[in-house]
Amino acid sequence: MKEKHTIIIKVTNHVGVLAKISGLLAQRGYNIESAIAAPTENPDVYKISLVVKENEKGIQQITKQLNKMVDTLKVTDISHKNNYVVREYLIIKVQVNNDNRSDVFELMQVFSAKALDVDSDYIMMELAGTARKISRMIKLLKPFGIEEYVRSGEFAMSE
Amino acid sequence: MKGSEIIIDSLKKEKVNKIFGYPGGAVIPIFDTLYSNPDIDVTLTRHEQGAVHAADGYARTTGKPGVCIVTSGPGATNTVTGLATAKLDSVPVIVISGQVPTGYIGTDAFQETDFFGLSRSICKHNYLVKDIKELPKIIKEAFHVAKSGRPGPVTIDIPKDVSLDELENYKYPDKVDLAGYKPVLEGNMKQIKKLAEAVKESEKPVLYTGGGIVTSGAEAEIRNFVEKTKIPTTTTLMGLGTLPYDHPEFLGMPGMHGTVAANYALTECDLLIAIGTRFDDRVTGPPDTFAKNAKVAHVDIDPAEIGKIIETDIPVVGDAHYVLQQLDKILEPKEKNGWNAKTTEWQEQYPLRYDQEGNQEILAQYVIDQLNELVDDAIMVTDVGQHQMWVAQFFHFKKSGQLLTSGGLGTMGYGLPAAMGAASSNPGKPVINVSGDGGFQMNIQELTTCALNNIPVKNIVINNSYLGMVRQWQELFWNKRYAQTSLRDRSNGSKDSKHTPENYCPDIVGMAEASGVKGLRATKPEQVKDVLKEGLEHDGPVVMEFFVRETENVYPMVPAGKPINEILLGD
Repeated sequence: MKEKHTIIIKVTNHVGVLAKISGLLAQRGYNIESAIAAPTENPDVYKISLVVKENEKGIQQITKQLNKMVDTLKVTDISHKNNYVVREYLIIKVQVNNDNRSDVFELMQVFSAKALDVDSDYIMMELAGTARKISRMIKLLKPFGIEEYVRSGEFAMSE
Repeated sequence: MKGSEIIIDSLKKEKVNKIFGYPGGAVIPIFDTLYSNPDIDVTLTRHEQGAVHAADGYARTTGKPGVCIVTSGPGATNTVTGLATAKLDSVPVIVISGQVPTGYIGTDAFQETDFFGLSRSICKHNYLVKDIKELPKIIKEAFHVAKSGRPGPVTIDIPKDVSLDELENYKYPDKVDLAGYKPVLEGNMKQIKKLAEAVKESEKPVLYTGGGIVTSGAEAEIRNFVEKTKIPTTTTLMGLGTLPYDHPEFLGMPGMHGTVAANYALTECDLLIAIGTRFDDRVTGPPDTFAKNAKVAHVDIDPAEIGKIIETDIPVVGDAHYVLQQLDKILEPKEKNGWNAKTTEWQEQYPLRYDQEGNQEILAQYVIDQLNELVDDAIMVTDVGQHQMWVAQFFHFKKSGQLLTSGGLGTMGYGLPAAMGAASSNPGKPVINVSGDGGFQMNIQELTTCALNNIPVKNIVINNSYLGMVRQWQELFWNKRYAQTSLRDRSNGSKDSKHTPENYCPDIVGMAEASGVKGLRATKPEQVKDVLKEGLEHDGPVVMEFFVRETENVYPMVPAGKPINEILLGD
């Protein structure tokens, strides 16, 4: 069965390393659902988090192939099924008017979203949580009119 | 020191004494430095594809990385097929390509291609040198990565200004520092014990080995293993010779054109020991039908190969040479049993065969078989197709690494340039390239390189005037619709057009002669031996063309998509 996994790859920070990783997965026929690349506490080391949905065999191939890359320092596979910490971050801009502004505030309270900017015709907010929570919030805000949003993609940390 | 001088000095430190290449704008500085360094021999090929396959032939026969230097843009892209060939067969080839100056990168400058990006998926590793300070470290790493672990091709893209730049305090590094790259050589003893135990318990074991035995130099270890355990052994195309053809336990090659005995044994075995091989689909057929009653042990230096195609019960990550030595210490000898008798019976019942006596025309198999009487220790090179399978089936391989062939990628046009690389680095040793008339024309320009440098490649061109393997598939599975597989003329194989030298275009012997290479031809069976003798004795490159039966097919054959025990035997 296909399950979501976050695969964290620590790599030496060379030209084109992100292209190498995404190319490697594409070449072997795997889809990347989301990807985050960021520097670590060590400036020579980059940490790349990929979310992929694959069966056990696929995940094994992906981690093995990634491990084989010369630039790879470490590959960690985190299954979302297990109780690891998986989070996503959202910034969203919603249209409001005097009639429905309080409804949006109410939703924000329930979801623990934080307002970043408020004007007479919109509210911009941030929200962190599981991917499901983020999707639910977007769904509930849709009727108000969403101007724009950005999702970080999921990232995870093991115990 | 100048960038180009650093490159050449680094190559010398890596003990490179031979390079294959083709100059161009972006590599003028490198070739200029080579011009004043006569201790590195440069072979100017007639096409970059020739250069990269020659470097491959050099690498496969010397065990050292083969180096190829080409210019940016088209020079680099012409090496792509050779790199992919080397990648799939795990050959250490290093392509040094020129690139437009760093300031021009990304501007679609003249002769610019993103070779770093292009070569990524067909190389073990690749580099773009953006600063001369990185140059020594990168070259050191490239050689280390190419030849260590599971070998493979590496590209180094060097912008022209980096070649011209100056570096103060140049020093070639003694060591590489690659924190995440440490190939495992020795196997896990716990797994090896399990393997020894499985061998002991098994009643119907089969050993299935591949090119990894050649690469790791485990020829002696594998022979010892087989002699100690009497396990019937099948060897893939890439591993032919690691067990001599006449070894009592040798079942022949497995798979699509393998022997019946090998395929039956693989299907019926209760223990499959795979070493240095990767369960290619041409060996396994549909994976769920392959060795389905067997416990599977897989020894490979590349962990990603284990479990990729077939589920493995006993995985051993390690170099075959080391793992087999570890195994030998705990392995108990075994005697032959009924299983050996059964595999021998299959061998006797279904031998590889051809019928020259019943044919007026030359059979390709006969030409190859005749070689067995004329050469002993030859390096054999092939192109891709029917002749490749016939060489695998009928040539008597005795030594590890004796066959150079594009096994994984199936690159037509590989034969002549690879043989050229092998011959120029193995003086005194006969190097025989067997090609078909299709593949031979794909890099025929390299005859000139052979002539000008007196590289004594003995080319055997098996001319059936068809892309024979595709023609065979069309005959058997595509209703005899020979779409674009007749190379003879525009008749597309119509019966009115006879397969004679007069009807064949080009005149391959004539082309050889025009290129400065001796050309010989046989059209009748009784001429075969004389042509071979004369060609092999000739001191220099030669092309021996054999007009063979057009419609001869390679058997046994397992149709694509069928389990390997469903074998067509032909008539």
